[in-house]
Amino acid sequence: MSKYHVTTTVNNDEFEFLCEPTQTMLDVLRDELNLTGSKEGCATGDCGACSVVMDGRLVCSCLVLGVEMEGKSIETIEGMADGDDLHPLQQKFLDHAALQCGICTPGVLVSAKALLEKNPDPTETEVRYWLAGNLCRCTGYDKIIRAVMDAAKEMRAA
Amino acid sequence: MDNSLDMQFSAGDKDLNYVGKRTKRPDGVDKVTGRARFGADTRLPGMLYGKILRSPHAHARIISIDTSKAEALGGVKAVVTRDDFEDRESEFVPAGEMMVNYRDMVRNIMAREKVLYDGHAVAAVAATSVSIAKKALKLIDVEYEILPHVIDVCDAMTPDAPVLHEDLITEGVDPVPTKGSNVAKRIEFKLGDVVKGFEQADEILEKTFDTKPVHQGYIEPHACLASCSESGSADLWCSTQGQYLVRAHCAKLMGMEISKLRVTPSEIGGGFGGKTVVFLEPVALALSRKTFRPVKMTMTRDEVFRATGPTSGANVRVKIGITNDGKITAAEAELKYQAGAFQGSSVQPGCMCAFAPYDLQNVDVVGWDVLTNRPKVAAYRAPGAPISEYAVECVLDELADRIGMDAVDLRLKNAAKEGTQTAYGPKLGPVGFVEVLQAVKSSDHFKAPLGANQGRGIGVGFWFNIGGETCVSMSVNEDGTLTLVTGSPDIGGSRASICNMAAEELGIDVEKINPIIADTSSLGFNFLSAGSRTTFACGMATIEAARNAIDNMRARVAQLWEVPVESVIWENGAARPASSNAGEFDPMTLPEIAKIAPKTGGPISGHAEINAQGAGPGFGAHMVDIEVDRETGHVKVLRYTVVQDAGKAIHPSYVEGQYQGGAVQCIGWALNEEYIYGDDGCLQNSGFLDYRIPLASDLPMIETIIVEVPNPNHPYGVRGVGETPIIPGLAAISNAISDATGLRMTALPMSPPKVLQALKQAQA
Repeated sequence: MSKYHVTTTVNNDEFEFLCEPTQTMLDVLRDELNLTGSKEGCATGDCGACSVVMDGRLVCSCLVLGVEMEGKSIETIEGMADGDDLHPLQQKFLDHAALQCGICTPGVLVSAKALLEKNPDPTETEVRYWLAGNLCRCTGYDKIIRAVMDAAKEMRAA
Repeated sequence: MDNSLDMQFSAGDKDLNYVGKRTKRPDGVDKVTGRARFGADTRLPGMLYGKILRSPHAHARIISIDTSKAEALGGVKAVVTRDDFEDRESEFVPAGEMMVNYRDMVRNIMAREKVLYDGHAVAAVAATSVSIAKKALKLIDVEYEILPHVIDVCDAMTPDAPVLHEDLITEGVDPVPTKGSNVAKRIEFKLGDVVKGFEQADEILEKTFDTKPVHQGYIEPHACLASCSESGSADLWCSTQGQYLVRAHCAKLMGMEISKLRVTPSEIGGGFGGKTVVFLEPVALALSRKTFRPVKMTMTRDEVFRATGPTSGANVRVKIGITNDGKITAAEAELKYQAGAFQGSSVQPGCMCAFAPYDLQNVDVVGWDVLTNRPKVAAYRAPGAPISEYAVECVLDELADRIGMDAVDLRLKNAAKEGTQTAYGPKLGPVGFVEVLQAVKSSDHFKAPLGANQGRGIGVGFWFNIGGETCVSMSVNEDGTLTLVTGSPDIGGSRASICNMAAEELGIDVEKINPIIADTSSLGFNFLSAGSRTTFACGMATIEAARNAIDNMRARVAQLWEVPVESVIWENGAARPASSNAGEFDPMTLPEIAKIAPKTGGPISGHAEINAQGAGPGFGAHMVDIEVDRETGHVKVLRYTVVQDAGKAIHPSYVEGQYQGGAVQCIGWALNEEYIYGDDGCLQNSGFLDYRIPLASDLPMIETIIVEVPNPNHPYGVRGVGETPIIPGLAAISNAISDATGLRMTALPMSPPKVLQALKQAQA
């Protein structure tokens, strides 16, 4: 199978890679670029563990083809902290114990960051519906919702 | 937003610096930055990709498997089938504290004479890319003779049911059957005389309930990477709840010496009991042994649903007799649990737990372990208990109504307490069930008003909690920091609580302790992270290892001071003279002792090797308010409170997390989740879209009340908290729906179409 040459930007770094036409963005991120922070929970767009932002839009990277990354700018969990300076959402997730196993955490964080960029002052219901695409089996979501609300509050005050 | 119970902990813990505190979890930063390595995140040079061909039939004889076309495909390096796995004796042998039948296990990882469920592995391929491996699977020709199948547990017990294993003779029945059936076993637990007990009852209620298999639903699919060396040794990286059991099973199936197989657990993306068994691991090892190249295998979500363990579905009959003043006089139950394609459902703990919350004189519980053409069940949090206790709690609730007694008061009147003789064996030590029920009654939630179409329900739960084999090793490093080596995978924050206990013992800053979870070659045997044992047993071993390290440091200091070791005590992170009689010496801190260790005898460490005994049973109660939409049958959860005795909450945030997560798994089990099979015996909802686990938008906040009645067998009173939270909710929700509608639904899940149908039938 012939491969396609793709040039893309991930977390402000330019990458070139070859990919099969059937590989998804998630496959490319994990297997070609070694960015394994985005997780595969379902590969069908149901669980949100692979959430990334592509040109400002929150997407499930398992539902985007690798070749569609051409010329696009992608933000993944690996780009969220600034050096060892955690994003307020990351810090609040630690403070509130908003993770147990941690497999859904990268996707939830990427998704929550996208929410707060659109809506810095969400209600609890808005947070719950925005994160309805991110499945978590451990926490019952309680501490995740609290952490996002608390991070939003802190970010508004900053 | 802050938990109001914080104050309660602080008040009780004024002498404790770390136990009971909400410390930072050591693995936290790596998990919020994407750095933590889970099962599928490891790669090796020269790695091949393994894929499994799975049965499209529920039950069929394998006539032949032709892999020649697949093997001829460029990029395919190995194909394995049943012929690559040696057959094993049918006998139950201990693996850790579990009994395992390797004849069944070898057939579950790769079908032999027959495929026994939709999704059963038939062959596997290793190739240079995933796409080539997938293409190769399509080139494998399997000829099947399709056989009749059986999916339902009661159907499987009938004399004319299709039989999965013709040589399976039912155990525990008299006379011993002469021919094979799907009934693997009958077990019974008895106390007193139920016939007499029912004679003393004023009210007797008997009802039968059905539950569907539900999947553990961990978000991380099974994944592993195996690398066999020409030397005969092998490395295996995988996501598991127990690397030592993976080692035991794989070594047995591969015919390897245990010391030659090194299993390294990755971070684990959820398990809930489902990652206590091997599926891919022996297959990846077999593929690697054929190629001497690393082989990586990951399951798709479809494979996870079709081929890994859900919990049992069941049919449960419960009969309870009660006096007009609320005393239970007799309790009887018959539990029929699906085991899936091989024997070994969780019916035994189901039987043992069924009536365990109550102090009863007359009990008779019978359980049946029944095979069906479904994936072999695996543990799911308090395996077996949610099903039996659901049925019991529903019947009790109706009896409370009949005699006009408050549902909590009825439970209080019969509550198990210290000294209660259980039907399953032991007399209970100190337990916190009465305290839990009292906390329910005094909660705000209990007193809050309800609106129209709303109802409130409660249910309770009991789980034994377990201990087991555990090793911990602790190195005092030359700069005064500590490396803590444990062998129990951390499923939900246990490293944080174990470090809290180590810091408390040593009297040092918890952040000076760096924990790792060891591979099987670096530390002695540890049983699974399961049964709510990790914080209890691994914590106990950590405390013992810390005390051992302290004794070693005291000995070093005694040697320096030229005094007997008894004259040196350990206090606030330093060695001190026991009294002025021991001499005038300045205290020596841990870093000071560590720094001069080379001059006092060399490296300092602490170890513990234990088989932890004395786990304290955990009791909990859930209270839930729901609203029923009479037009759609949708049940909305409005408010939810979990009350549970933790013994001692070492890290309250992660105890609350266990309570909340378990409660939401109850909500999924009660209201939505089920395996749906077609007439062809194939699973129809093998994805998260159609097998719908609860979403953030389905739920309210989950309130928690941590009750602390210490377990006297643990230095800090720990009981273990992970299992009990998945038990009480099924009945609590059923009881709430009954309260709102006056209807008793006797089957799970109580999904919108089923609730709507029940409402319509009641109107008609």
